Amino acid sequence: MKAKIKVMLKKSILDPQGKTVLHAIQDMNIGNFSDVRIGKYIEVSFNNSNLDSAKSEIDDICKKLLSNPVMEDYDFEIEEIN
Amino acid sequence: MKVAIIVFPGSNCDHDAYYSFKKILNVDTDFVWHKESNLDKYDLIVLPGGFSYGDYLRCGAISRFSPVMKSIVANAKKGKLVIGICNGFQILTESGLLPGALIKNENRQFVCKNVKLRVDNSETNFTNLCNLGDTITIPIAHGEGNYYCEDNVLEELKSNQQVVFRYVDDNGQTQNQSNPNGSKDNIAGIINKQGNVLGMMPHPERNAEKLIGNADGLKILNSILTSFGKN
Repeated sequence: MKAKIKVMLKKSILDPQGKTVLHAIQDMNIGNFSDVRIGKYIEVSFNNSNLDSAKSEIDDICKKLLSNPVMEDYDFEIEEIN
Repeated sequence: MKVAIIVFPGSNCDHDAYYSFKKILNVDTDFVWHKESNLDKYDLIVLPGGFSYGDYLRCGAISRFSPVMKSIVANAKKGKLVIGICNGFQILTESGLLPGALIKNENRQFVCKNVKLRVDNSETNFTNLCNLGDTITIPIAHGEGNYYCEDNVLEELKSNQQVVFRYVDDNGQTQNQSNPNGSKDNIAGIINKQGNVLGMMPHPERNAEKLIGNADGLKILNSILTSFGKN
């Protein structure tokens, strides 16, 4: 299986990197952009034939290592690979 | 009294910390590699600054799972003194020994300079030689030192006197301009509720002798010795 994991800074936390990129985008004179948030994208390959336990394994590593719940939110989807 | 300086792959202030305790303060001090699992013989555990594991994922995120951390958490729960400086502070928050998190500096810059700190709790094992409200000069050097926590956590920290150091201006006032990284409430260092685990972004070990500054860092290091009746 493969898990595709997104980790983002919580909405309440200022993302200075996103803000800087937003300013650069606004300098490009394309469209009308109001916010940029930058996060992490992580792919994890693993063996597990049961979707429920796969979800709980990925949830566990997200909670304990891949994100810090104090400052980040995470989200993932799991893909079965044959 | 015996001091352990924990060395992770990527620690780079371990020698400064070792030098301060061993050579300046003449305390029995060892480097302890992060694979060590037993720290029972030590009285003070120092998590030094640096870039452990290259700051991969988040600062301190990987170190938290180093074998030595189990023993540090167990010893901290038993009341042993632990001080985390800079990256050490980040590791302490990642491991849950201290609340909150250290995120990217608000201005996105790595900030390396002397700052003024106000001692907002002088009754800890780490500040007993200071007076409440004293300002001391200690250098900082970090890119991720912006202390963040939820508002309710901040209220708890304040009501338990857990905020030990705040960034202040020359008059000892917490101003936006005196906040080098965007830390909530100008927080530079906090202690756990039990009073035995301190985390701070500034580096007292880098200002521990007159030759390279005003030795204000000694007030913190000597306070630790005092709490062991050594000073």
